[in-house]
Amino acid sequence: MSYECDVLVIGAGPAGLAAAVAAYDTGARVEIIEREDRPGGILKQCIHDGFGVIRFGEKLSGPEYAARYIDMVEKRHIRIRTKTFVTHMEKKDGFFFTQLVSRTGIEMIKSRSVILAAGCRERTGRQIFIQGSRPAGILTAGTAQYFVNMKGYLPVKRCVILGSGDIGLIMARRLTLEGASVEGVYEIKPEPSGLPRNIAQCLEDFEIPLHLSHTVMRVNGENRVESVEVAQVDAAFQPINGTERVIPCDGLVLSVGLIPENELAESIGIEIDRSTNGPVVDQSLMTSVDGFFSCGNALHVNDLVDYVSESAEIAGRNAALKSGVKRELSRIKKSENFAYLVPQLVDMKRIEEKMIFYFRPGKSAGKGTLRIFGDGREIMKQVFKRLNPAEMERIEIEKDTLEHLNGEIRFDLTTEG
Amino acid sequence: MKEMTCIVCPNGCRLKVEVADGNYVVDGNLCKRGISFAVQEIEDPRRSLCTTVKTVFKEIPRLSVRTDGEIKKEMLPLLMNSLRKVEITELLDIGAVILTDVLGSGVNVIATASLRQQMAYVKR
Repeated sequence: MSYECDVLVIGAGPAGLAAAVAAYDTGARVEIIEREDRPGGILKQCIHDGFGVIRFGEKLSGPEYAARYIDMVEKRHIRIRTKTFVTHMEKKDGFFFTQLVSRTGIEMIKSRSVILAAGCRERTGRQIFIQGSRPAGILTAGTAQYFVNMKGYLPVKRCVILGSGDIGLIMARRLTLEGASVEGVYEIKPEPSGLPRNIAQCLEDFEIPLHLSHTVMRVNGENRVESVEVAQVDAAFQPINGTERVIPCDGLVLSVGLIPENELAESIGIEIDRSTNGPVVDQSLMTSVDGFFSCGNALHVNDLVDYVSESAEIAGRNAALKSGVKRELSRIKKSENFAYLVPQLVDMKRIEEKMIFYFRPGKSAGKGTLRIFGDGREIMKQVFKRLNPAEMERIEIEKDTLEHLNGEIRFDLTTEG
Repeated sequence: MKEMTCIVCPNGCRLKVEVADGNYVVDGNLCKRGISFAVQEIEDPRRSLCTTVKTVFKEIPRLSVRTDGEIKKEMLPLLMNSLRKVEITELLDIGAVILTDVLGSGVNVIATASLRQQMAYVKR
């Protein structure tokens, strides 16, 4: 069986749902594909609060934030095809042909645009080269979160957390509340990677120590984790002799980073930015393949779901617009001290009322000044009180500022301290 | 002087609080919510609690819940204990009250997910 729609959205998490609503409201026929048995994505298991402060002016829990968008999708009668997987995609004669597998069998869907809103996945122990055997009890923070919050199991009794990403911090608190003992959080870098408020409310509130410039060297145990060996590291992240310590525990929880999920994008030849691990996009969040859009954590890993929704709306709105005009893209230049800058491309002919940029600085700094140059002339200047790679920054440039430019845009960041 | 991290919003301002003539002087806050947080944190620290409770539904064995306001920080373990005894037998909607006026605080525990909505997808 095969059928058609204007915009095919892949993923029914916060990005996919918001993209679908925006595309529908712009006049498109929309379909959503979801591999799980219900919409909501990772927010289903993010039961802690703090979501939606920017978007809704309220501190919502993850499931509540997701439900707001599920309600919007249901009100518009947009179909979510659950338990459905994408197995293949190709572009032919200006249309995307996406092969799906679900309980009904194999189907083909033809669409004018595709929005990839597949989120991100967690980096695992194998990717950070921890020595030792592979006993039970080593799990990512997201997996621990799934067991505790969705299934009601306590996967560890006494554990060590490696990495100070937000999910690791959240799980330190969650496991403690559920009666497990968290010996400490170990972070290889000299600064935490999670938000300061999570250090305060997830670790300090429960007197869980945070060991910066420390890492896990080895996991001991045959069938089950029996202990882990930690050590302090130097500035080059090399273990310092004599600082090794063995910690008896039955679990190691990893919170060592997230990677945008882009296998599907790569399969159709989309250019990937190595600094975000997501696609290179223009201001409409269209990738290097015409008609293929990216948003949310598949585009770059966000700290806040509010910005996931925002990027999804940009992608959704633009994916719904018909455009036969060829894009005239130019690459945005940036100084060396950015960890990343999104979007990477601009089409000067198609600026909406404003252009939104997301960036992270490469290093922690005090005050920072961002100067934006257009055709060599300074067009905007913004001062940031404190810059931190753990905190994404967002800026807007108005259309009036951009529309007379030829397309040479340069971002220059200077930092103090 | 006392230092603390404001947890009101994702900015997480590092606050410095000093008491001068019985008044609090707060520094480091980007907005005025930081001042009220600092005063509250010194006089009577409070937190909200997010957790889950058991359900009888095998497809969705846990229901996520939260307090609809903040409770005294030291009450968190006590509330966790009370919630361990709860078992949900109905397909509740978001906002359904699970526990009323917990430990005399005036705060309720409410459902943060709709079992009815989720079950409709799961059963599809």
